[in-house]
Amino acid sequence: MPSSTPEVPGTYVFDVAQSNRGYALNRLCGSLKDAANRERFSADEAAYCDAYGLSPEQREAILQRDWTRMLDLGGSIFYVFKLAVLDRKSMQDLGGIFTGMTTEEFVKALNAGGRSFG
Amino acid sequence: MAELIWGLATSHVPSIGAAMDNRKTEDPYWKPLFDGYGPAREWMAEHTPDVAIIVYNDHANAIELNMTPMFAIGTADAYKVADEGWGSRNVPPVVGAPELSEHILVSLVDEGFDMTVCQELEVDHGLTVPLSVYCPEPGDAWPCAVVPILVNVIQYPQPTAARCLALGEALGRAIRSFPKDLKVAVFGTGGMSHQLAGARAGLINEKFDRMFLETIETDPAALAALSREDYIREAGSEGIELIMWLVMRGALGPEIRRIHETYHVPASNTAAALALFQNLPGEAGQPSGASR
Repeated sequence: MPSSTPEVPGTYVFDVAQSNRGYALNRLCGSLKDAANRERFSADEAAYCDAYGLSPEQREAILQRDWTRMLDLGGSIFYVFKLAVLDRKSMQDLGGIFTGMTTEEFVKALNAGGRSFG
Repeated sequence: MAELIWGLATSHVPSIGAAMDNRKTEDPYWKPLFDGYGPAREWMAEHTPDVAIIVYNDHANAIELNMTPMFAIGTADAYKVADEGWGSRNVPPVVGAPELSEHILVSLVDEGFDMTVCQELEVDHGLTVPLSVYCPEPGDAWPCAVVPILVNVIQYPQPTAARCLALGEALGRAIRSFPKDLKVAVFGTGGMSHQLAGARAGLINEKFDRMFLETIETDPAALAALSREDYIREAGSEGIELIMWLVMRGALGPEIRRIHETYHVPASNTAAALALFQNLPGEAGQPSGASR
């Protein structure tokens, strides 16, 4: 029998099912590595979303910058992060959002040695 | 014949590169990490390779989700530095070593490692930050040519840790059979424990990291026996990058000498480490107890 996707509480493990679910969203976010696309996205976000064939839920998550929902809808952090950078958000900002902390609290936890889980 | 002179394990966190690019290495936040690099950098500066083989992963820059190679190798004579969404790092272009790349490719495929071949590849922080860890002030050119080797660590199923170690062993044989007098170093990059997303974001597991840092020298087979779930549970969803250190370790022979190591928390969201190993060739330049 082949192995199965690891299930670790509190952890997204990006696999083929997630990639299928999030493909359009990840393609959109990945496209933002090109400066011209960043300009086009910023000029008209809704039209840019339409061009990538997002599901209504994904479109809403992108336009509302619902970062946790983007991941729940199949987003990969490495793709979603390109949108965050466009918004001048850091990985620490996102870490705070994912964990219900302020950025300052999240950074403080890392500076204190990181978050420990058993 | 080519000689594998050392192996470097290092984190490749983008902010480590940014700290160097923005001259922040003396800031209180970054100074302990960069001070920790010092002795390794001094030793490497006296033991310079002609070619660095850098084992790393791409982060949604050269490789998108339309295709996910498990293992890939660059065969080009140059690699452009990628714009990852915030502008390219202001570092020199990366010069390839196409003859060595081809030799390694053929050797690996002959041994059953069916590598994906990249004739055009933009390299991201996964490759350029380790180069900067080795050489912080490259000027107009890096001091060595580069052979990139890519490992899929971001989509399950990643190659197993055991397969990564075996790839490294085959890589070591390939290097040693290259019929030119070249000095070669191998970089294993990524890690240590970190998780970027989910409720466990911010995870650091120093106990696991310290175990890994020790065991990579003394008993890599024990690390190769860990499952993907072990890595993700203990080191976080991105901590599984540590399997790339096993490629480097496999390429070195069993006889190695630890030159230096450093461990620091945090580098942004990550536990960062460096471990430098001199390769000690056995008789006749061959590793004394290499498998096969």
